[in-house]
Amino acid sequence: MIAVFRKELADHLVSKRFFILFILVLLAAIFATYVATQTIRGAVSPTTEFVFLKIFTTSSEALPSFLFFLSLFIPIISIALGFDAINSERNSGNLSRLLSQPIYRDSVINGKFLAGLAILSIIIVSVIAIIAGLGLRIVGVPPGSEEVLRLIVFALVSIIYGAFWMALAVLFSVLFKSATTSMLASIGLWLFLFLFMSVIAGAIAGAWVPIDENSSVALIAEHYEISGAIGRISPATLYGEATSALLTPELGSFNPALMTISVLTGRMLTPLPFNQSLLLVWPQVVGMIALAAICFAVSYIRFMREEIRAI
Amino acid sequence: MRQVIVETKDLTKTYDGFTAVDRLNLRIEEGEVFGFLGPNGAGKTTTILMLLGLTEPSSGTAQVCSHNPTRDPLKVKYLVGYLPEKVGFYEDLTAKQNLQYTAELNSLPKEISEERIANLLNTVGLSEVADQEVSKFSRGMKQRLGIADVWVKEPKLVFLDEPTTGIDPEGIEDILDLIASMAKKGITVIFCSHQLHLVQRVCTRVGIIAKGSLVAEGSIDLLGRQTMGGGKYRIQVEVAQLDPKLINSIQGVKGVIDVQSSGNSLLITCNEDLRSQIAKVIVDSDSLLVGMKIEEYSLETIYKKYFTEGQV
Repeated sequence: MIAVFRKELADHLVSKRFFILFILVLLAAIFATYVATQTIRGAVSPTTEFVFLKIFTTSSEALPSFLFFLSLFIPIISIALGFDAINSERNSGNLSRLLSQPIYRDSVINGKFLAGLAILSIIIVSVIAIIAGLGLRIVGVPPGSEEVLRLIVFALVSIIYGAFWMALAVLFSVLFKSATTSMLASIGLWLFLFLFMSVIAGAIAGAWVPIDENSSVALIAEHYEISGAIGRISPATLYGEATSALLTPELGSFNPALMTISVLTGRMLTPLPFNQSLLLVWPQVVGMIALAAICFAVSYIRFMREEIRAI
Repeated sequence: MRQVIVETKDLTKTYDGFTAVDRLNLRIEEGEVFGFLGPNGAGKTTTILMLLGLTEPSSGTAQVCSHNPTRDPLKVKYLVGYLPEKVGFYEDLTAKQNLQYTAELNSLPKEISEERIANLLNTVGLSEVADQEVSKFSRGMKQRLGIADVWVKEPKLVFLDEPTTGIDPEGIEDILDLIASMAKKGITVIFCSHQLHLVQRVCTRVGIIAKGSLVAEGSIDLLGRQTMGGGKYRIQVEVAQLDPKLINSIQGVKGVIDVQSSGNSLLITCNEDLRSQIAKVIVDSDSLLVGMKIEEYSLETIYKKYFTEGQV
């Protein structure tokens, strides 16, 4: 497996694909940092805690925050690195040659998946490091130890989220013979989950527990509870919630209704301690790991059982 | 007796109700160059895939290098090389890097593999382009690289699946030479093809497969006699002046079954190769011997016979 991993890693590192993705993410990161440093002074007061984390979450009217960029780019990078993992080997005539070598079949899939994940980790970690460096220089506020911890966990969660999309892309590369089809399928599913899932969740919750401006707070809370539960089918929602809780320590609940109450009662101003934030995002993280594991297991089984046939 | 390297017993493979390989019994000895013949879709590639453990047989068993490929695919794959019909390489890697990867997958240490790869690239005539990307290679060059690729692990047995398709005559010569040099190194070669004249040139023994079962097996010479002459040898003799008494004296030679004459030539059917005895009789009878040859059977005629007459 190490041989496959090494080769795939080397291939990725010199590929144009990796270069383009890295440039793309780097540009987004620099833009987002620029925006954040421009607007951050207005967003913080001398009493604000966790100023450093604000670099990652501050947006302006013109440009969204780095967090938003990253939630957009992670699926794209992961899909771009994984969508042709198996079917390109098949189509180039390498697969039967590769499988006639004395390696277990799962080493092929493991090696490729891990190499993709390693590349993704390199991109995420280096981009976060670059932003932190830039922010440190421009804002001039050093991060506290808790902020560093939160950023590390944020990077980990981002890698897990990427692992899900990569597992999905690898699955499609096993299922579909053509690389174009598997890419379109992955991108299509991502767009659906990213754009429409919240709309669908809202519509279902609206049909179940209709609310208007006169509804009681309990009813509104229930409405958002339902839409949130449905929305969490999508790993994009899980990632969004997990990262906002990690980078915005003030976030105490994912239910907007409950958050409104908190704001009204003044609870919003007290940030959660690190371990409480961690507890809050734990289900989201487990959910993402589970989804990635399912995709990976299915592609595993499909690939192991697949017979190499004479055409 | 030489060691048996491949043996199958009633090997069968069915794909969704279609029988690709039907109770195949095959026995190949070490050091042979075995020609595996049959039309497209006869089950040649499926058989190879089963022998490599890439596909599970529906029933029956196979033994390759005294391992069961279904249960011990890895052990078999360490000893067996396979050149698929539509072989592909990583186009953006060089020839050397591609072979290096194969060596790594075979867990060869770098010190050994580097020297071996250099030698092999030299053998297949690609040492000048060793550091060029494979995407620039012609079909014939890729095929030669494929032969180097199966050779990297120094196998005991190689399967070459249609290695000469789509290659120009010069390239075909190169590949046949390489097959011959593999055989010389003691590697057993199983050569799948339907280009019969090529098979005839390099193979010591052939098996003909049709609709998944073996219809004929043996040396080309033996197969020819079985199919064409009913197991007999046929010798053609030409003399300067045919003397009717000569026919009688040849018929007197022990083992001669039949003598037919037309003009100055004779067609002698006999049980064994009696060329020297017949030559002696002719010389003794004071006739002038102009030429003599034993009928050789071309694989093409044998093959055609199987696929036109019997419609197997």
